[in-house]
Amino acid sequence: MNKAAEGLGVDQVHVWRGDRHVLKGVSLALRPRQLLHISGPNGTGKTTLLRVVCGLLRPEQGQVSWFGRPISSVRSQYQGALAYASHEPALKGDLTALENLRFAVGLKRRVTAEELRASLERTGVAGCADLPARVLSAGQRRRVALARILSMRASLWLLDEPFTNLDAAGMELTGKLLQSHVREGGAALVVAHHDLDVDVDMRRLDLGP
Amino acid sequence: MSVGVLQAFALIVRRELCLSFRRPDQLLQPLVFFLIVTTLFPLGLNLQLSLLRDMSPGVLWVAALLSSLLSLDSLFKSDADDGTLEQLALSGQDLAVIVVAKTCAHWLVSGAALVLVSPVVGTALGIPTDAFLTMMLSLALGTLTLSWLGAIGAGLTVGLKRGNVLLSLIVLPLAMPLLIFGAGATDRAISGTSAAGALYFLAALCVFTCTLAPFAATTALRITLE
Repeated sequence: MNKAAEGLGVDQVHVWRGDRHVLKGVSLALRPRQLLHISGPNGTGKTTLLRVVCGLLRPEQGQVSWFGRPISSVRSQYQGALAYASHEPALKGDLTALENLRFAVGLKRRVTAEELRASLERTGVAGCADLPARVLSAGQRRRVALARILSMRASLWLLDEPFTNLDAAGMELTGKLLQSHVREGGAALVVAHHDLDVDVDMRRLDLGP
Repeated sequence: MSVGVLQAFALIVRRELCLSFRRPDQLLQPLVFFLIVTTLFPLGLNLQLSLLRDMSPGVLWVAALLSSLLSLDSLFKSDADDGTLEQLALSGQDLAVIVVAKTCAHWLVSGAALVLVSPVVGTALGIPTDAFLTMMLSLALGTLTLSWLGAIGAGLTVGLKRGNVLLSLIVLPLAMPLLIFGAGATDRAISGTSAAGALYFLAALCVFTCTLAPFAATTALRITLE
C-alpha cells in the first residue's frame, strides 16, 4: 500500500462476472510521470480493470486507492482528477462536437468555448466543432473524445483502446498527446492491443491467462 | 475553478432541454398521444355532454399517466446506450445532482407541456372553464410525482434491453393514488364543490416523492451502473 501512496494504487483486486472469475488478484501502482500499458488477449478483463480503477465497478475483493486513501472516501476529488475514455466515444449524436465537450467538461471545471475550440484544434477536428456528432466519422468522433480528455485537464488519464478507428496520423497524434501529458507530470493507464510509441517511463501489465 | 452544485444542475438541465428540442418528434409524441386518446373517447362512446362530463376526469387522467410513461423509458437509457451516462457519473458531481436535474428537465418537457395543452383537451371533453385551474394544478402535481416515480423505475430498468414494459409494471401501481385523487379533484371542480381536500393530498404525495425519490432513484441508478 505504501508504495502507492503517491498516486494510484490497485491492491489485489478480484472481480467475478456471474461465475466467471475475471480479475484474479490484480495489483498495480501508478505514479505521476508514469504510463502503464495494459495489454492482453480479448476477454481477459482489461476493460473491467479500467472500470474498477475509475470507480464504475466495485471489486468483490481488494481496493483502489488514490494517494493512499480508498477512492470511495475521496470520490469527488478523485473523479475531478481523472479523465476516462471508454471504447465508445460517448458523444450525443444530436449535439454538436462543441456542445458535447461543453456539457461533459463543464461539469468538471469552468471552461470557455475558446478553450474547447483550441482542444478540438489540437486534435485536428476544429472544422467539426459546429457539426452534430452523428454526422462525424468514427475516427473524427474518436478525435473529439480525445479533445474532451485534453480539455478536462485531469492528472490521470484512463484510456480504453484510444487508437481504434484512427488513421496513422491520428494514432501518432494520440501517442504525442499521451507523451506530453505524462512528461508534464500526469499519469496514464492505457488499454491497447499494440505497442505504444512513446518516450516516457512506461511499464507494461499483461493480463494474459 | 471547480463547478458548484447549482451550476452543475443548471448545466445538466440545459443539456437535457437542448437534447429534447433537437428531437421534436420525441418531444411531441407524448403530447399528440394525449390529445388523440382523449379525442378518441368521446368519438367512440357517442356520449351526451352530461355523461361525457362525468367521465372526463378519469379519461383525462388515465391518458395523462400513460402519455407521461411514454417518455420515461429514455430518461437514463439514451445516455446509458451511448456511454454519456458513465461520463456524467464520473464528472465529479454527485450522482444525485445528475438524477435530480435530469428528472426536473424531463418533467419540464413532458409534465409541464401536458399541463399547458390540458385546457384544449378539457374543452374537447366538455369540462367547464371554471374547473380548468384545478385541473391544471392537479395535473401539475400529479405529473411531477409521476416523473419522480418514473425516475426510480427508469433507474432500475436502465440496464435492460426491453425495460419499458417492466417500467410500466413498476410505475403504474404506484401511480394509482395519483389517479384517484387527481381525477377526484378534477371531478369536484367540475361539479362545483371544493377540491381542496384532494389537492392537498396530491400536494402531500408530491412533496413525499420529491423528498424521498431522489435517494431511491440515485441508488437504483448506482446499482445498475455497476
